[in-house]
Amino acid sequence: MTKEATLEPELSHPMEELLRMDRIPHIWCPTCGLGTVVTAFASAIQKLEIGLDDIAVVSGIGCTGRVAGYVKIDSFHTTHGRAIPFATGLHLANPKLKTVVISGDGDLISIGGNHFIHAARRNIDLTVICVNNFIYAMTGGQVAPTTPLTANASTMPYGNFEQPFSIPYLADSCGAVYVARWSALHVRRLVTAIAEAIAKPGFSVVEVISPCSTLYSRRNRLGTGLDLMRFYHDNCEIKHGADTRELEIKFQEKITVGKFIDRDRPTFVQSMNNWYGKVFGDEYEPYEGAVE
Amino acid sequence: MMENLGLGIMMEVPTVIINVQRGGPSTGLPTLPAQADIMQARWGSHGDYELIAVAPSSPQESFDYMIMAFNLSEKYRVPTLVMMDECVGHMTEKIVIPEPEEIEITPRKLYDGPKDEYLPYRPDEDMVPWMVRAGDGYRFHTTGLTHDERGYPAMNAECQHELVTRLMDKIRTKADEIAVLEEDEVDGADVVVISYGISSRVAIPAVERARAEGVKVGSLRMVTVWPFPENRMRELAKEVGALVVVELNMGQMYYEVERVAAGNAKTILVPHAGGWVHDSEDIYQAIKGGAR
Amino acid sequence: MPQDLPAGPKSTTAKYWRKPLDADTVKVPHGELHIVVNRCKGCLFCVEYCPREVLEMSQDFNVKGYHYPEVSKDDACVNCGLCEMLCPEFAIFCVLEEEGGGGEA
Repeated sequence: MTKEATLEPELSHPMEELLRMDRIPHIWCPTCGLGTVVTAFASAIQKLEIGLDDIAVVSGIGCTGRVAGYVKIDSFHTTHGRAIPFATGLHLANPKLKTVVISGDGDLISIGGNHFIHAARRNIDLTVICVNNFIYAMTGGQVAPTTPLTANASTMPYGNFEQPFSIPYLADSCGAVYVARWSALHVRRLVTAIAEAIAKPGFSVVEVISPCSTLYSRRNRLGTGLDLMRFYHDNCEIKHGADTRELEIKFQEKITVGKFIDRDRPTFVQSMNNWYGKVFGDEYEPYEGAVE
Repeated sequence: MMENLGLGIMMEVPTVIINVQRGGPSTGLPTLPAQADIMQARWGSHGDYELIAVAPSSPQESFDYMIMAFNLSEKYRVPTLVMMDECVGHMTEKIVIPEPEEIEITPRKLYDGPKDEYLPYRPDEDMVPWMVRAGDGYRFHTTGLTHDERGYPAMNAECQHELVTRLMDKIRTKADEIAVLEEDEVDGADVVVISYGISSRVAIPAVERARAEGVKVGSLRMVTVWPFPENRMRELAKEVGALVVVELNMGQMYYEVERVAAGNAKTILVPHAGGWVHDSEDIYQAIKGGAR
Repeated sequence: MPQDLPAGPKSTTAKYWRKPLDADTVKVPHGELHIVVNRCKGCLFCVEYCPREVLEMSQDFNVKGYHYPEVSKDDACVNCGLCEMLCPEFAIFCVLEEEGGGGEA
């Protein structure tokens, strides 16, 4: 292979048909894991062979919130914490559309925490990809509800003393039907998990531990995103079916990853149709969407 | 709620929001009437914008103007607020519901042209862009950020100017067209009572009493409260001696009236902090006070 | 088998490795790497995690001022695609090379 060919590839990147190339390069920092998560998401769509017109992405605000702007499918960049309610509306208007929420830990679990727990409780047929970088990154490294104890954040300059949420435990206890956690380094398993989550009817959650080099790792003197990837490599322990009560992430300690929950429960629309079918009998026409 | 009202304005989502007003601030008076959210409706979300708000005063109007609100929000692609108050919200009156085919419905401006030519925020002649639905195959992007015609974020002063100017002008330049005002004996009047919602019904006995005593009093009832009918009000202020504003707050719409009256007519506020409706006597006294 | 593979990480115990029964019939795929130099932000994920150590960082800078990966062992890529998956910038991808050492993966 000649160097000229390397510099100017004649072929295009296989992700290009799934990306808004007129917006690349993206805004994410060097050694941020978000680009990898986008590739994993796009690969999962390809793996499932979903038509690109049959899937939509909703994001909230923050670094991960920008994912919606880069994927070339129907995509919505909404307000802080409100990706899930927006996606709920989208899904209920057209349940045939696969609706995926891709947003960050601060967005989904803090300001959007109530939406998260109730969407899980109601088992709305959404796939939530929650990219967890342990911090509010876009706004300057403020403490998030996922920041591990003792980790430094701009609003916790002496270290965090607030107990963080464990996303898989939260999702499990609220009734999510599929819960997995992987790191951005476990990219192949992540593709499988996202594909399984999208295919699964009901509220499915994939937490992705992803490096934030500019804020989380710099404030905590952990090196670059590459050093965090090395940390995941050495410290992630795969434990499928692990008890979600034991998935707490402690600062720079072992991270348990894997597929924890995969169960069946009627979705919101199924429950509604089943119930009204019982109450009204044949008079009830099952709801299949408002879009002709 | 207000943040997402802003999102609706920015994304140009046809939306109808119903606000049944009660006394505030805070939990205030559950549930006794007020009209003190009327400025919040106009200015509650951050940034510059225009929207539409209607104020029904009876159950029949609530039905009729609800349809009007939906139609306006579809036509202009703007959130439309239905500013009810506790009195109207709890009122029991007979209403006539027309046959479905008799109800006029403004269809959504749905685009079905070539997919490669579609730009989600390219304004039409009426400054309102064409819409598509998620799943229709246009694979569009939309965001709450300042965006260009493609719907992509474009954060610079030029794009902001162009976008915000259009968002405001699409309503502002149509204000006269949108305005629904019920005028009664306004021609040749000395005093005109301006009111909206329940206050317009409360004002009737006072107006009739003053008329019986020979005062030339007209009434102008704002069915649409926003956009403010500036042109009509300005004209009116030049023709009459006094404008009496009756509203269930400590003066909100009054300041709009005072602004456009610009000293051409005396402006008199009949305030009320909420919790009950105005005493007819107060309105009557204000009319008498305004009469030449 | 190890001697059939393109140069990879050095093993001192390779001679003891079990030789698969179908080693004669299975052809190791070969990938051709394409690098979109100017998209790279120099994160090193591809260089670090390439299982066959195919890549190294260039001495040159791209237009953004980052060092970018270069192919150092042209024949060693087995088209596993891990660099393509890990790259956060969509800046590297590999294409299965049919000719020569190529086989169905």
